[in-house]
Amino acid sequence: MSTASPASLGDETTGALPAARSGGRGGRGTPPPRTPAARKRLLGLDHGAWFLLLPALLPILVLSVGPLLYAISLSFTDAQFGRTVETDFIGATNFADLRLDSLFWDSFRIGLVWAVAVTALQLVLALGLALLLNQNLRFRWLARTLALVPWAMPEVVVGIMWRLVYHQDAGILNKTLRQLGLIGENVDWLTNLSLALPAVILVGVWAGMPQTTVVLLAGLQNVPHELTEAAQLDGAGVWRRFTSVTWPALKPVAVAMTALNFIWNFNSFGLVYVLTQGGPGGQTRLPMLFAYEEAFTYGQFGYAAAMGVVMIAVVAVFLTVFLRKRLKEDAI
Amino acid sequence: MSATSSAGAPTARTSAPSEGHGRRRTLRLAGRTGQYAGLLCYLVFLAFPLVWLVSTSFKSPQELGRIDPTWLPRHPTLENFRAAFEAQPLARSALNSLIVAGGATLVSVALAVPAAYALVRHRSRVSTAANGWVLVSQMFPFVLVIIPLFLVLKNLHLVNSLGGLIIVYVVWNLPFSLWMLQGYVKAVPVSLEEAAAVDGASRPRILRSVVLPLLAPGLVATLMFSFVTAWNEFFFALVLLKSPETQTMSVILTRFLGDEGVADLGPLAAASVLATIPSLLFFALLQRRLASGMLAGAVKG
Repeated sequence: MSTASPASLGDETTGALPAARSGGRGGRGTPPPRTPAARKRLLGLDHGAWFLLLPALLPILVLSVGPLLYAISLSFTDAQFGRTVETDFIGATNFADLRLDSLFWDSFRIGLVWAVAVTALQLVLALGLALLLNQNLRFRWLARTLALVPWAMPEVVVGIMWRLVYHQDAGILNKTLRQLGLIGENVDWLTNLSLALPAVILVGVWAGMPQTTVVLLAGLQNVPHELTEAAQLDGAGVWRRFTSVTWPALKPVAVAMTALNFIWNFNSFGLVYVLTQGGPGGQTRLPMLFAYEEAFTYGQFGYAAAMGVVMIAVVAVFLTVFLRKRLKEDAI
Repeated sequence: MSATSSAGAPTARTSAPSEGHGRRRTLRLAGRTGQYAGLLCYLVFLAFPLVWLVSTSFKSPQELGRIDPTWLPRHPTLENFRAAFEAQPLARSALNSLIVAGGATLVSVALAVPAAYALVRHRSRVSTAANGWVLVSQMFPFVLVIIPLFLVLKNLHLVNSLGGLIIVYVVWNLPFSLWMLQGYVKAVPVSLEEAAAVDGASRPRILRSVVLPLLAPGLVATLMFSFVTAWNEFFFALVLLKSPETQTMSVILTRFLGDEGVADLGPLAAASVLATIPSLLFFALLQRRLASGMLAGAVKG
């Protein structure tokens, strides 16, 4: 437990709590339980727990584990939408086809660019905002409130809103940039081959940054104030205080949030579907959009499932590389 | 020492203490100004699309057709809101969203509460495996979730029905609710339960009179959070709901876009504003608990 766990709802404390304290409250003659086994028996958790666990876990097995395992098995079949013929097991054919599918790899490359760019920008911008919000500034309530709005908005609305902002003639972005003299004529942001992806990434950052900010801010508020003050008295500058006090304490939260953000961003669909539908010329066709088309436009369920499996594999590899360092640090 | 190092300039070392003090104040003032400038940038970045959306929703068609758009509507009108209800079955879709989000939330949280309790209090290989599964299931792309469910729902004739979508949302929401709730269950001191047991309270009694009241705030947070996620959800609804009578708000909104993105901007903006209001209300109520709930699930050391 080298990490300064921000969620101080530690199971460690409750688990290791001296039982005498609890016994002191209610015990009249009954000795308090001393061993974990005795405590479990007292609460009826030893064998009775199965009655509690099974009905609770059964729906998870049926509703979550089942479908997802079924999905993986589908990737080894030629399942198609609306087909009356039996589905056949075809081994790894789908994966062999995928390997040669250049469109899929293009989409995959775009998906990685999108996910890495959005996740990194989200982290940097959210960290900056969280640090500002942790200061005693005026108007920070306004920023806090505003930061919640993008998080609460349906992603379809976020997409529509940015389409209005990016609109070639009626959009505020073109107007503002023209007024500032930065562009000569109106730009069609979402259909320009080289601008569409950056434009979409900006929307992704806008939509996801607030959530990261809120979580990082909660983490920051758990950084012991005395530590920062002590560092300041010792003459540490702003940067030094950040790198040697704030960041080490914040790191577990930041790492966990970044890992989650990467997963969510790589699997993102709605925003880009509304903004560009994957266009222009497939420049913003994220893997999820590609798989969606494959499954529900062309009805290739088996093939689309195989894409999904490859996507899981990529995320898993990324997370392993990303988290391995972190796990090693924890072990020391 | 602290004055010189924070000032950084070699001249500060020889200067009089008062001068060094003034210098530090100037520096601090500069820092403050920088912080406010930074905050302003963030405020502008966060707010300007929102202002634009709301402003567009109050503009008349004539004004929207102008070549040179203005930040604020010159003659604010509610016309777009009326037009939005006429253009698409907006009220019906709001009702659909309410049914689906409400139903899915109740079912998934009802399933998750006993499971979360059991997993926290009965630590074993089963709970480790279950928590591992919760994490793994987060990595599944939506497309991999929907294909098997689509096949199952088709056999049950539940495609294009709200019931089918509720099932999908339960599957999708369950792991996250379980995750969030476990954090809250951990915060309930086990000693209280023991005290009640020593006093002779029965198992159901303990759950009802000790655990549930303490869990209530976390339960409310989980309910609201899963309601908002279901209300906002788009992909599953897009795949499953094909007719306008069954579609939820997210899907109906994309119908405003029309083909080739030729959209009637005013009603589109108005409908978008309306669709956001319920989520926003919930989030306003929820805001204090959001971060702690996420943290409780995400980082437990």
